Amino acid sequence: MAVLARAGAEEIAAGLDRATRLDNAGARPAHRRLRGPETGLVMVRGRIGGGGDAFNLGEMTATRCTIRTECGHTGHAYVAGRDARQAELAALADALLQDPARQPTLLQAVIQPLADAQQAAAQTTARKAAATQVKFFTLAAMRS
Amino acid sequence: MAYVAVKGGEAAIDNAHAWLAEERRGDPSVAEIEVAQIETQLGRAIDRAMGEGSLYDRKLAALAIKQAQGDGIEAAFLLRAYRTTLPRFNHALPIDTETMAARRRVSAVFKDLPGGQLLGPTYDYTHRLLDFSLATTGADSREVASETVAASQKMPRVHDILGHEGLIEPDHRTGAEPGDLTREPLSFPAGRDIRLQALARGDEGFLLAMGYSTQRGYGGTHPFAGEIRQGTVAVEIVPEELGFALDIGDIEITECQMVNQFAGSKTTPPQFTRGYGLVFGTSDRRAMSMALVDRAMRAAELGEDTNAPAQDIEFVLYHSDNIEATGFVEHLKLPHYVDFQSELESIRRIREASATTE
Repeated sequence: MAVLARAGAEEIAAGLDRATRLDNAGARPAHRRLRGPETGLVMVRGRIGGGGDAFNLGEMTATRCTIRTECGHTGHAYVAGRDARQAELAALADALLQDPARQPTLLQAVIQPLADAQQAAAQTTARKAAATQVKFFTLAAMRS
Repeated sequence: MAYVAVKGGEAAIDNAHAWLAEERRGDPSVAEIEVAQIETQLGRAIDRAMGEGSLYDRKLAALAIKQAQGDGIEAAFLLRAYRTTLPRFNHALPIDTETMAARRRVSAVFKDLPGGQLLGPTYDYTHRLLDFSLATTGADSREVASETVAASQKMPRVHDILGHEGLIEPDHRTGAEPGDLTREPLSFPAGRDIRLQALARGDEGFLLAMGYSTQRGYGGTHPFAGEIRQGTVAVEIVPEELGFALDIGDIEITECQMVNQFAGSKTTPPQFTRGYGLVFGTSDRRAMSMALVDRAMRAAELGEDTNAPAQDIEFVLYHSDNIEATGFVEHLKLPHYVDFQSELESIRRIREASATTE
């Protein structure tokens, strides 16, 4: 879910199509919505001093969806933001992943490529940050 | 004196709003600004609108900024109004800033901070000279350098470095459920949880001025920027129907640990105390100001004199919210004809009465 929550709707859709083409388990089952997709709020919390008791920092938007496939698997998704399609596709992927016959293909065609791309993006940011690592030198005492 | 509503003026109001829309669009020979351009190129305006609007959604904040013609308080107001239309799903587990994917991390007290100091994409050390190459579009930006990095590691907090010697106050965890200003109105005494929530969504100018006042001697706290870190953290929730934690995505935040002197008391040996700042988006200024004011408001708790504005919890919390403040200040321009008429009559009566007694 962490990977799907950080992926765009188009990326998930493309992955699911790829999985369907690869899959020996047959065509992707139809699904119906049990709840949503609907957008609401999640209250983000911090900790006082960074590690103490919780406090409410402010809210963020999130979208949730629950679906059931005609094979009887129920999928849930909660994703940051307001993209209803992303939430529904993430819930569908969640349901399909519970089908042992489909899981390996889905992991290979949907989750792994997205996880790799997200990892690469995080690495790029970390590398740029590393290039700004600074060593300060203290000069002679200002107050003697 | 009560505010009395008026009727009428619908046509004039409609026309005024149509003109506003035309003004917002500006010169039609210039391309209309796209929300995506605001979202990706005016990030600091978005961070502030999200902070003061107390709603993290970069796309919505970009739309609000466009609609408000760049007026930050109006944009924050639009976000606050929008949030009232949405149901609350859940609250998240407290974010763990120790696991932040940091792009910036600096300390003014330890030059050899474990984990290193990262400047990140900062305005610090720029010369504040206008860059006229930005006046035209399409200017090439310099290629950004990159370095290989070690496997991701947790970055210890500054107070963990001094903490084992007992030289700095530790964090306290009682497991108490925090208060929530969006659910219950502000009441006093206000705990530090409520104070931090109010500061996190407070007006940046107000926080900055209050923090600055403590530096100039109105409730001085001898602050050092122990650590500032910026980056992304994962938000996790535990939906009731699932019963386990789900990672729903990342948010960008800035955290500031301010380290302050403290003389000690009968029960506490001398040690450093701390003020804490945590804000949505990227803003050293906002996080640092918040940390200064948080520490100032702890004066009574730490047995210090409380005679400066920033130490007055009621004063700070009642005036930090710019949505409430702008509502009350700006309502003065709405029709007050009946109020004023009654005051006018009062003053005439008083003058007549004093004239007849003379």
